[in-house]
Amino acid sequence: MQSLSINKRAAILSFVLLIVFLGAWEISITRQVLGEALTEYEILMGLGQQRSAIPPPSDVMVKAWEQLSNPFYDAGPNDKGIGIQLAYSISRVLSGFGLAVLVAIPLGFLIGMSPVAYKALNPFIQVLRPISPLAWMPLALFIIQDANSSAIFVIFICSVWPMLLNTAFGVAGVRADWVNVARTHELGSLRTAFTVILPAAAPTILTGMRISIGIAWLVIVAAEMLVGGTGIGYYVWNEWNNLDLTSVIFSILMIGVVGMLLDAVFATLQRAVTYAE
Amino acid sequence: MHKHFLSIERLTQTFPDGAGGTLTVFENASFGIEKGEFVCILGHSGCGKSTIMNVLAGLSDPTSGVVKMDGVAVSGPSLDRGVVFQNYSLLPWLSALKNVTFGVKARYRDWSREQVLEHATKYLAMVGLEGDVIHRKPSQLSGGMRQRVSIARAFANQPKLLLLDEPFGALDALTRGTIQEELLKVWSKTEQTVFMITHDIDEAILLADRILLMTNGPFARVAESVEITIPRPRIRTEIVNHPNYYAIRNHLVQFLGKRSKELAGQRSEGESQSPETVRIDLTENAPDPEPKPRPTHLQAVNG
Ligand SMILES: Nc1ncnc2c1ncn2[C@@H]1O[C@H](COP(=O)(O)OP(=O)(O)OP(=O)(O)O)[C@@H](O)[C@H]1O
Ligand SMILES: [Mg+2]
Repeated sequence: MQSLSINKRAAILSFVLLIVFLGAWEISITRQVLGEALTEYEILMGLGQQRSAIPPPSDVMVKAWEQLSNPFYDAGPNDKGIGIQLAYSISRVLSGFGLAVLVAIPLGFLIGMSPVAYKALNPFIQVLRPISPLAWMPLALFIIQDANSSAIFVIFICSVWPMLLNTAFGVAGVRADWVNVARTHELGSLRTAFTVILPAAAPTILTGMRISIGIAWLVIVAAEMLVGGTGIGYYVWNEWNNLDLTSVIFSILMIGVVGMLLDAVFATLQRAVTYAE
Repeated sequence: MHKHFLSIERLTQTFPDGAGGTLTVFENASFGIEKGEFVCILGHSGCGKSTIMNVLAGLSDPTSGVVKMDGVAVSGPSLDRGVVFQNYSLLPWLSALKNVTFGVKARYRDWSREQVLEHATKYLAMVGLEGDVIHRKPSQLSGGMRQRVSIARAFANQPKLLLLDEPFGALDALTRGTIQEELLKVWSKTEQTVFMITHDIDEAILLADRILLMTNGPFARVAESVEITIPRPRIRTEIVNHPNYYAIRNHLVQFLGKRSKELAGQRSEGESQSPETVRIDLTENAPDPEPKPRPTHLQAVNG
């Protein structure tokens, strides 16, 4: 044990924890099902049925195997593969997030570079930022009249703030010395923005983007539960309505995995633009 | 009146002093610098050296007064005035080479990639940076190497005037010596005009043609202009034996130690304040009185 690296020891520990957790889960469920004889009343009311429907991990794994071996099947509106559902959700997140980038980064530059713009826009930002993105949903549905676009709008509105504030913060914090380097080299404001301020503020901006994509992924599940139709949020809700808890648990796991992957992408980008002073 | 290459005319700088009043850093300061000259400015901390430098660079506007270069008033920063900032000011996300090409690209906008690279590499080599080192980021370079990159960036742009703000402040004596020599080498090859702030008397004597002495602030003034009557090339270990060396050094130490305080706080009363020229030359009375012409082509120090 001593000779193993920290990473290896941590990996072993993680694995042991996982096994213990799954084992405990599996055992507690089989006991419950075997141990409790159902009363007539429970059978009549369907309660016993419902309780024993909490699936053991082995069922979830079987489900996962089934789903992941054919993730893109499409058998009508209420029966699509997990891959398709996730693709819907990811595409919504990326559209909303992309729009937010287009707005937040230039606006953040403006706010960061101009104290007047900062002071003028700050009250709006302070009021709009704490609004739960889902609170916009009814208004969005009414104005846009389209469920899909409304979901994208909700993603946009929730991912815009962290990026906006981080960009402004990063831009405002660019060292005066670096800006002076640009000035002594007679760079125009556009060139200064792209060759000095953008790279200088990039780590902070990327931090904002990473926070935004995380929030967007949190919000899309809830948004899709509301608007329905397609997407992983809808899928979870639909499986709940079908009382298919195995699918619910499986899709919860998938939400976690995709969120982790999205975060990993931005972590990589962040590492690429980070510099040591 | 004689026209200087760089002339500073009645420069006044005031700042709000934070207590509702105004702080006059200097008032009606006037002096000139000739083409190809190496001028150092010495003065106590806070007397306003960096403030003058920022005005010369065009990075900040004085409260009143003008700076003229080649007869044209300076307004805003320009590629003709290269600055080596006190803290190097390299862009940390770019490699040493890219930091220099950043400047070269800004100066020579129509050059090809190859030209830019070749030029930048040449100037990095001039300050002794060659091979793999030039592809490292500033954070992976030593303080001395960063300083040299910064000097290479400024020199590669071949500005008419080079402004150096305590460029060797953070370096150890040994590195400092090497870079001073490299600086002299590059300067003598390119014949640029240099204006340098320093706190180091010996450094100033080694490098400068002329040293400007500033009194303490507020109402600081450039009180004296001391000619360094030691012929070039100057070698650190040898100039200390020159008869003028200690005479000049004593004068400077006296000024900074005593007279900078005594002369402090004198208002200009509307007069333009030019420095008094001081020439200390003990060799003039020496047995061999033949006046040596000042070398116009300055050579590298090969220490
Ligand atoms: N932006 C500013 N606002 C207010 N006061 C300032 C400002 N810049 C400089 N000063 C004041 O002007 C004076 C001169 O400052 P300056 O930086 O020129 O000194 P310095 O001679 O370069 O000192 P050092 O040798 O320590 O670098 C100081 O008293 C400083 O407090
Ligand atoms: Mg200073």
